[in-house]
Amino acid sequence: MRISSTLYGLMAEFDDANALVAATRRAHDEGYRRMDAYSPFPIEELHEALGSHHSRLPLIVLIGGLCGCVGGYALQYWAAAIAYPLNVGGRPFNSWPAFIPVTFECTILVAALSAVLGMLALNGLPMPHHPVFNVPRFALASRNRFFLCIEVKDRKFDLESTRRFLETLEPREVSTVAD
Amino acid sequence: MTPADQDSNRADVGSGTPPVIAPGHTFGSVTDKISAIVLTRKTPIGWWFGFLIAFALMNVMMVAITYLFVKGTGIWGINIPVGWGFAIVNFVWWIGIGHAGTLISAILLLLKQTWRTSINRFAEAMTLFAVACAGIFPIIHTGRPWLAYWLFPYPNTMGVWPQFRSPLVWDVFAVSTYATVSLLFWYVGLIPDLATLRDRSQSPIGRVVYGMLAMGWRGSARHWHRYETAYLLLAGLATPLVVSVHTVVSFDFAVAIVPGWHTTIFPPYFVAGAIYSGFAMVLTLAIPIRAIYGLEDFITLRHLENMAKVMLVTGLIVAYGYTIEAFIAWYGGNKYEGFMMWNRMTGPYAPVYWLLICCNIVIPQALWSRRVRTNTKALFVIAIIVNIGMWLERFIIVVTSLHRDFLPSSWGMYNPTIWDWATFVGTIGLFLTLLFLFLRFLPMISIAEMRAILPEAKVDEDLRVI
Repeated sequence: MRISSTLYGLMAEFDDANALVAATRRAHDEGYRRMDAYSPFPIEELHEALGSHHSRLPLIVLIGGLCGCVGGYALQYWAAAIAYPLNVGGRPFNSWPAFIPVTFECTILVAALSAVLGMLALNGLPMPHHPVFNVPRFALASRNRFFLCIEVKDRKFDLESTRRFLETLEPREVSTVAD
Repeated sequence: MTPADQDSNRADVGSGTPPVIAPGHTFGSVTDKISAIVLTRKTPIGWWFGFLIAFALMNVMMVAITYLFVKGTGIWGINIPVGWGFAIVNFVWWIGIGHAGTLISAILLLLKQTWRTSINRFAEAMTLFAVACAGIFPIIHTGRPWLAYWLFPYPNTMGVWPQFRSPLVWDVFAVSTYATVSLLFWYVGLIPDLATLRDRSQSPIGRVVYGMLAMGWRGSARHWHRYETAYLLLAGLATPLVVSVHTVVSFDFAVAIVPGWHTTIFPPYFVAGAIYSGFAMVLTLAIPIRAIYGLEDFITLRHLENMAKVMLVTGLIVAYGYTIEAFIAWYGGNKYEGFMMWNRMTGPYAPVYWLLICCNIVIPQALWSRRVRTNTKALFVIAIIVNIGMWLERFIIVVTSLHRDFLPSSWGMYNPTIWDWATFVGTIGLFLTLLFLFLRFLPMISIAEMRAILPEAKVDEDLRVI
């Protein structure tokens, strides 16, 4: 495991989305698991080709929304019925129909914040630097090129055989990614 | 939607309707063309010209608000009985304009209307800036704006809490939630494009600033998957939100017992009016911007025509709202309501009312004609007229109801002062200043989404067997 301290992985560059999806699928069939594919726009098939599972994000958003809903109502109940009870025209202190709009807004607010912060947290962002940026041509991943990177950490990774495997996928180029 | 319709939403559309993106573009050309507007070293002279005018207008607002802080709201035309003047008129107008961005981004996304792609980014930016302008007015209208934070619930030594049964407090929550969610939606949409700018920027400052804003986005398939999930969930959350915001704004009026305000039709008719004015503002901005920046390939006649159709439909809903308002005032048999409507149509503000009907109902009927919808100059003029009409509508709602209500002895007139006008014109300056800065420093069209609607983005694995 001498190489692992200086090497992050091997990266193949492709011209189009079709090639990347096909290559990712092949690599997965070959038994590679610690890898990632990079594209300039979302490609639905790519996620499946990597063998990834469903995201936990919707659950996080649901929990966030419920917290906002309960919290929003509790805030109003506490303010209007306990902390500062004010008799307005003989209406009950817990005048729930009047509390619905704010409860709704709090639900949406917390759910939306959970969606964004949850997405960033699960993605491990912000992360200003990452080894893939060490490959100069990777700058094109945000323009028109497609990349597949197999990481050193993969059980099957071997510098020679993995490189040979990537070459069979007809990439434009295979480059080593420094860690 | 039939399969044929769905097909026509794709980029490779054939005859008949113009495409959503001109043929011949590739991932590279789309990226280069949109990012070049931001990264190009030379700022167009027209940009400086427009920015300086907008900036000067913004300073008019600064002066007006400074003078307001020194003297108080007495410098405005508001009085008793008309305690709600320009501040509320402008608040409702701006917040209404702010509805198109989220509508285009969220609702059209959920309806899979791919034509939204090239206009959603700047419509969202427009929303943010309009909400910023709107937010100023209620705050300065409080009279002691430095205490505006009292509207938020927080533990304080006075032991008092906001009155949650009041629509004005609902409004605080609705507008601040809307501003926050719109900002999140806009920023999340920007992240991949900021990464593109980071990778393509030639200047070290640009690389650092865009790099920090992009947060290290690298286009990983796993990231994209969560990103798309988050974006769709945000759209789903923003859709009921956008409807709720103007509903709550209309509650500010409808929950009161003032004749002309106490009406159940207000929520739907306010929401329709908001979408109407929002699309009018998007057209007002999109038509010159696409001409100046040469973006006819991306913002095609198809977009303009679709927006004109949305305007026509929402305009008709608004017309229905006016009609029912007048009908119920007569049919309801309430003499105060009846007088209110009669006073609107024949009283001292009658010319404003009829001008509003002309701007919002009569002139936009020209949009039935396809020739008008595809004529950019005519469309631009109609969009401006609708903007004016929607402002007049809010003026009529606020002023005519208040100036003559139940007791003739407490009737009065409302005349805006120079400071009312200065503040209003000034916020237009603020809006345009922010818009010019946005056009200069951020991609006005979503690059990542434009790539995704190109025909070559469609994955068809049968074509390539390794």
